[in-house]
This record gives sequence, C-alpha cells and structure tokens, in this order.
Amino acid sequence: MKNCEYQQIDPRALSVSPLSAQNPAEKKVQRPRRKWEAFPGKNRFFCDGRLILARQNGILPLTLGLIVVTSGLFFAFDCPFLVEHLTVCIPVIGGVLFLFVVASLLRTSFTDPGILPRATADETADIERQIDTSGSSTYRPPPRTKEILINQQVVKLKYCFTCKMFRPPRTSHCSLCDNCVERFDHHCPWVGNCVGKRNYRYFYSFIISLSFLTSFIFACVITHITLRSQASKGIVQAIQESPASVVELVICFFSIWSILGLSGFHTFLVASNLTTNEDIKGSWSGKRGAEESGNPYTYSNIITNCCATLCGPMPPSLIDRRGFLPPDEAIPAAATSEMELPPFTPKSDANMCTQSTKDVLERMLHSDFHGLCPSGNPKTSPLVQEVSSSAPATAEPSLSSGCSRQLARQAVVGPCPLLPPVAFSKSDRRDSLHSINPAFRLASPSPTLSHSALVLGDGPDIGFIPQH
Amino acid sequence: MAETHSLQDMRQQAAVAAKVFIQRDYSNGTMCQFQTKFPSELETKIDKQQFEETIRTLNNLYAEAEKLGSQSFIEGCLACLTAYTVFLCMETHYEKVLKKIAKYIQEQNDKIYAPRGLLLTDPIERGLRVIEITIYEDRSFSR
Repeated sequence: MKNCEYQQIDPRALSVSPLSAQNPAEKKVQRPRRKWEAFPGKNRFFCDGRLILARQNGILPLTLGLIVVTSGLFFAFDCPFLVEHLTVCIPVIGGVLFLFVVASLLRTSFTDPGILPRATADETADIERQIDTSGSSTYRPPPRTKEILINQQVVKLKYCFTCKMFRPPRTSHCSLCDNCVERFDHHCPWVGNCVGKRNYRYFYSFIISLSFLTSFIFACVITHITLRSQASKGIVQAIQESPASVVELVICFFSIWSILGLSGFHTFLVASNLTTNEDIKGSWSGKRGAEESGNPYTYSNIITNCCATLCGPMPPSLIDRRGFLPPDEAIPAAATSEMELPPFTPKSDANMCTQSTKDVLERMLHSDFHGLCPSGNPKTSPLVQEVSSSAPATAEPSLSSGCSRQLARQAVVGPCPLLPPVAFSKSDRRDSLHSINPAFRLASPSPTLSHSALVLGDGPDIGFIPQH
Repeated sequence: MAETHSLQDMRQQAAVAAKVFIQRDYSNGTMCQFQTKFPSELETKIDKQQFEETIRTLNNLYAEAEKLGSQSFIEGCLACLTAYTVFLCMETHYEKVLKKIAKYIQEQNDKIYAPRGLLLTDPIERGLRVIEITIYEDRSFSR
C-alpha cells in the first residue's frame, strides 16, 4: 500500500545516528539550508527560493502555450498582410500587449500570494492556555471562532487547525496549497498559484491585458480575412490562403467570452473592495438585513477602493523563503530528539500498527501539540466539519504522496505539513530562544536521524509495520 | 564542555520563564496594528506607560508603511509601467519602514527591555501575527 513508498527503518541507525549527529565533522559537512527547503505548505520553489508556485501547476504551461501560440500565429501570418495594407502600428501594439500579458502572468504565478507562516509552538500553547482558562474541560478542542469588531461590525475569525492560529480577517486556507493566504481571492489553476493580497494586482492586470490582447487579435484577424476575401474571390479562398487565421479566430472567440466576463467580474470586485471568496460565500451581501452586514473593508468610494486594492503599498513576503535555517539548532534538536525516540517507540508499537493510515492522518490533523494522542478520537469530528474545506479522504492521498515524495528523496527536506508540532513539542520549548517555526527546526538535524524521526512521527504504523 | 553545558542550562532556565504574545488589533480593519492592552505578566517587570509607548510607536510605524498616500501610488504606477523591474534596484516603501521598525525594536531592547530581563521579537519574524515578548528569569544569571 503506502508502506512501499517509505524506506524501512534500520534500528541500528537509531542508536548510531545520535552519536554521528554530535560529530562536529559531520556538522561542518552539512551545507546551510534555506527556509524554503523546510516549508510546510504544498508549494514548489525555484531559483533557490526566489520563485514560488503551487504544487499542482500543470495548467500554467497550457495557459502560456495558448498565449504564445496564438500570438505567434498572429505575428507570423496576419501581421505581414496587415502591415502591408494598413499600418505598421498593428504588430507594435500587439507586441506590447503580448509582453505585458506574459509579464503579468509570470509575475502572478511566481509571486508569494500572501502566505501566512504557521504559528510557532509557543504561540499555539498560548492560545490553548487562553482557551483552557476560559473554558472548562481540558480535552475540548479549541473553539473554532472568535468574534471581533471591525468598523463597528461583527466579524468572525476562524481557527485554522492546520496553521494553528486564528485566521486574520479576509484570510482563508487554501486546501490545494495547504497554506493560509491573506486576503484570499481564489486559487487559480490557469495561473498555477493562489491569488491573494500580494499578487492580486498582477492577476488583475493579467486578465485586463489578456482581454485587450484577445480582442485585438480577434479584430485584426477579422479585418485580415475581410480584406483578403475582398482582394481574392470570396471568403473560402481567403481562408485557404491563410489557414492559421481560422485557428486564431477559434481560440480567441472562445477565450473572449470567459476572459471578458472575468475581467468585468473582477473590476466589480475591485471597485467594491471584495474578494471572490467573500462574494461567493455572500459574507456581506445582506443575509440578515440590508443595513447591518455591509462590507466593513470598503472605503465607500470607488476610486479609493481601486487605489487601495491595485495601487496600495506592496507588503513584503512573510515567509522568508531565502533566509537560512539556523545551524546551531541541530545540536539541541538532535540531543532532545534522541530522547524523544524511546518514548515514542513503545507507544507506537502498541497502538499504531493496528490502525489504518487514514485514522492516523486524521488524528494527526487534530492532535494538539502536546504530542501524539492515540486516544484523541473526539478530535476527528471537528476535522470533518471544519478543516480547510478539504475532506479527510482527499487529505489522505495528497498527504501521503507529499510525504512519500519527501521521504523518498532521502534528504532533510521539509517534513510533512502535519508532522512538526506533534513530534517535537518538548524540544520546541527548549529551543524557544530562537522560537522559529518547529517545521524549520526539523530540517537541521543530521539526515539519518531526521529521516528516521520523520518516519516515526509521521506515520508510525507505516514506519513500524516493516519491523514487525 | 562545561561552558556549553551551563550556557544551555541558562538558556533552558531562561526559556522556561514565560512568553507573552501581543495579538493583533483588527478594530480598524486589516491594517497591521497591535493591541495596547497591558498584559498582566509584565506588571512587575515594566512600567505600563513605557510599554504602551512602545506599542503605540510600532503601530504608528506600521500605519506609515501601509498608508495609501501619493508616494505609494506613484511607486505603484512606476512599477506597473516598468513591468515591476524597478524593484530589482529599488526598495519598496514598506521595506524601508520595516527596516526602521527593526532598528526601533533593537533600540528599545537595548535601552529598556533587556535591562529588565525582557526581549521583544520583531513581529515580521512571526508573520506579523504577534509581538512576542520573552521574559527571562533573573535567578539563572545570579548563580
């Protein structure tokens, strides 16, 4: 099943590796790792962390291909005729539009949409403590909403179980990318990325310029065929002389409807300072009454709304992809990790080997950071209702595939998104001086140790079944 | 070896003390502002006025960074016209203010917080979610 994708743990490696982790020679050999390599979300990074993309980005080449092919056919087959018969401005305008479209598209795809880094273990502990003092029982899961007042209007903040924090307003968790994104608009498969606070303006300029480009090409091709059919004997002959124009016509005709519609829709959103997410959910559309639930973020002025959304200051990326993981985390993390291993072993042996992968994954999604809770069954119910709008069924294969890919690479790569707070809670408190995301800390120990530790924490039944 | 051991010891003892998290204040929208409410854990450590002054200055700096002024508008238009390549050579206004904030926090730590056994963490390192204040125990240093 999924077991074959994991490498079997060598019990000797468990005892040997802590010693090797403390070997200073090995520490020096390890090159400094950047934070993007330990990123917990489902993203891909290029150019050493400078460019970020969603993991499922198969449609982006299609988008690029369509644009490039259509424009290429236009320049190659229609422009010579039009330059000759009309004006040389046509390819110039076409060229400028094409460059603008491609630049906007690439910018949208490769920019961090406004991903929020996950909460550190200390923050999670603090939130839990606050909830426990206000609530009564200790095993109740954290309440899922918190109500606050924004501009005299009540807004509910939801608790994100994956990122372990109360989501700021207008933030939503993208289940495809497994990240909380600020001012989340939607996940666009055409662009291969989420559209959020930081790349919405690029997305908007992409669709606007693409509307202009497709309309322009469409108009030019129609003009071309009309002129040609007047020059030669009829439209059929014109088409025979320039077959590429028909291809362009078809592509443009079908794109124009959707692109123009999308541009119009987003222009409306920009003018009213809404996101697609809010519009679809009807958050501010007056469910209770016309006056009460207006949009609290609007400036009530179309121009100000447009300026705020499109020309506002550019916030920086919060995830610090290119920062280095502190190397001196390796020794304390390794030292405490080795102490973690023995306690996990008997617990996992006893409980985990009889459970299915799905149960373990579900439990891990909801086990609090106090550690692996084999008995945490009450927590699976919130998962079904709430977490990131992804059903557990869909979470399982994507997680397993993500995990298996990472483990199969045999490198100290980013652990599975679910892993960090669960397995290393105790070491986190000791390392709280640095207090970075525990996900980053996991990447520091020596490869063999973290590899076995990853397998241990991640899928105990998966990791231990081969041993039985 | 003994030195490393005692340093770790101190770290461990110091880390065990406490951490206070100042959460975001969303009453004015999604702008980055922090709550100025004085946390009870700091009552014995620092003066309430000084703490509020720090938080208020930070809030003002973040407001300046996110301000919808003519400067950000011109910057946005220029960036759009140059296909955003201008940011290869120029820093955005936001980044400039973030540097100012980092310097301010360091200065506050050196002058006010560190002598009292406290440490402010720059919120940008926590994704602008919280201001983390680490409280160190005094007894580890006196031993």
